Amino acid sequence: MTEHDIREKLRAYITRELIRDAKYPLKDDEGIISGGLMDSFALAELGVYVEKTFNVYIPDPDLTVAKMDTLDLMVARVLRDL
Amino acid sequence: MLSLETRDRYHMLLDSAVLTSADSAAVALVMISQASPPLVITRGEFRRLMQRAAAALRAQGVGPGDLIVIAHTHGLESIAAFWGALWIGAIPSMFPTLTEKLDPLIYRQSVGDLAAREGVKAVFTTDDFASLLREVVSCAVYSTAQVESAAPAESDGVPAAPDDIAFLQHSSGTTGLQKGVALSHRAVLNHLASYHEAIALSESDVIVSWLPLYHDMGLIAGFLMPLIQGIPLILMSPFEWVKAPAMLLRAITEYQGTLCWLPNFAYNHCARRIRERDLEGLSLASMRLFINESEPVADESHRLFFERFAGIGCRREMLTVGYGMAENVFAVSQTPVGTIPRVEMLDRALLEVQGRAVVVPPDHPRAVTKVSCGSVIRHTEIRVVDPASGRVLGDREVGEFAVRSDCLLSEYYKRPDLHPLGADGWFLSGDLGYLADGEVYVSGRKKDLIINGGKNIFPADLEAIVNQVGGVYPGRAVAFGVFDEREGTELVVVIAEVIGAPDDEGLRAINADIRRTVAARAGVTVSYVKLVDDRWLIKTSSGKIARSANRAKWLQERDAEGAD
Repeated sequence: MTEHDIREKLRAYITRELIRDAKYPLKDDEGIISGGLMDSFALAELGVYVEKTFNVYIPDPDLTVAKMDTLDLMVARVLRDL
Repeated sequence: MLSLETRDRYHMLLDSAVLTSADSAAVALVMISQASPPLVITRGEFRRLMQRAAAALRAQGVGPGDLIVIAHTHGLESIAAFWGALWIGAIPSMFPTLTEKLDPLIYRQSVGDLAAREGVKAVFTTDDFASLLREVVSCAVYSTAQVESAAPAESDGVPAAPDDIAFLQHSSGTTGLQKGVALSHRAVLNHLASYHEAIALSESDVIVSWLPLYHDMGLIAGFLMPLIQGIPLILMSPFEWVKAPAMLLRAITEYQGTLCWLPNFAYNHCARRIRERDLEGLSLASMRLFINESEPVADESHRLFFERFAGIGCRREMLTVGYGMAENVFAVSQTPVGTIPRVEMLDRALLEVQGRAVVVPPDHPRAVTKVSCGSVIRHTEIRVVDPASGRVLGDREVGEFAVRSDCLLSEYYKRPDLHPLGADGWFLSGDLGYLADGEVYVSGRKKDLIINGGKNIFPADLEAIVNQVGGVYPGRAVAFGVFDEREGTELVVVIAEVIGAPDDEGLRAINADIRRTVAARAGVTVSYVKLVDDRWLIKTSSGKIARSANRAKWLQERDAEGAD
């Protein structure tokens, strides 16, 4: 899976399931939690999704706003352990 | 322990086990965090921490009857400050903590407004925030540094009279709507005695909680009750728990937890968002009760939770329900211990239109599920009244719950204009529901209120914020909640009329701005934003935006889109 695939899979999932607006034009560096687009609850959901989809386990202490607030950060985190 | 039998031995909160027990080595509480090893606080250590907090308060000139506000973090310092205030006869109140989502300047303003409105004597906050806060409040502001340097003088607690106000619980809402529920020592002790019986509390219980300390359920069940009753409290931060829900089950396993209070959404959160590998080695076998309270209960949430965790020891009779309100200290009713909450299928149309709870078969086309909140706790009475006429209604008739008990609030603090109790001592709750076969069923609220993740949100507060967002036509915004089955709670919807006809980029900016502003100012996540032109919103004949009509229209459109 390429970086592009990961990014677009995550973007589609986040807009559809977490922001609940599949048409929302989410930018790569947009603060998803700090911008109020989703709750910090959704970080736990993201952890489940990333493990299921990319087979990457992100330990709880890494599921924080500082480490997962943008698509760029998430993609980098998934790529690190892929 | 404080029970109905021993109630007369207790006169004030300082008669608590954590302060009076001779066994100073017993564990009072354990603070757990992912970032550090567990912090075990014995009763002896708790008393020392409390004495130091009391000394710091005295140094601020705080004395008996003074109100102090704790606007610190969710941790030991706030806990010690609360009890330190009780020790010197002051009145503590926990204020929500500053989260990463909230704008610090807005937060500062809300603390400042509260301090001015209620004549607060001192605010306890973090070192970082103290100087910022001092710029806007006229009362004393002190922080961790002052507590740490306080001389922990051994002093005796200041005795309180039973009817003195012990502490305040603040309701949600912005300045104008927020009320300080004043509870007396007598009311709190009465409540804990009755609640002891309702949940069959015993000395072998262990409470595990992630609930915020400023929330009535967290404050009473997940903080004061264990310390007063002398049973261990295992406490974690709500901010850590939401991101790592397995923490709760891990704590139950490690500390052999027996009691845990959760708002409905937490059942979905745990069932859906704990990873399989995080469940390894965990067990719920020690648990007696999970108590679902403080937002509408969905039977489906219990089912999800049970199916997910039956394999690690969850049993159906553990999943109980309560109904409560801060004005009655906490609980009003509770599922009888050892039983499974009753579930009824009702005819939705008869319920909503005629206000009658008529049982129908599960396959009925209009069947809607209602879960019983159990039977009323001892020394609390409940009745259902017609909101319009005040007439007392019969079984299965929907109306407003009125509550009378030996543990109701004394007053809304510094609000002589409000009279919470009627002449005959009944408190009108604002909650709608019915009684059937001696059990309490909640069906809604008299006034518009969104309950999201156990948090009460007034739509008017959100609308006021959205009206100030650039590009939104002022006065043409509406906010409401819609129940979401996946989340097990209400999600927030905002519909706003935009000025002119912005292009896609302009709409995107307004959309993002609404979400960001509401999060920063109210700490609330808006799940759905709909931007509309001047033809969309439904107004009443007087030009007011009708929430329920717009909600119905939005739901209809969503369902139509879903069907496409």
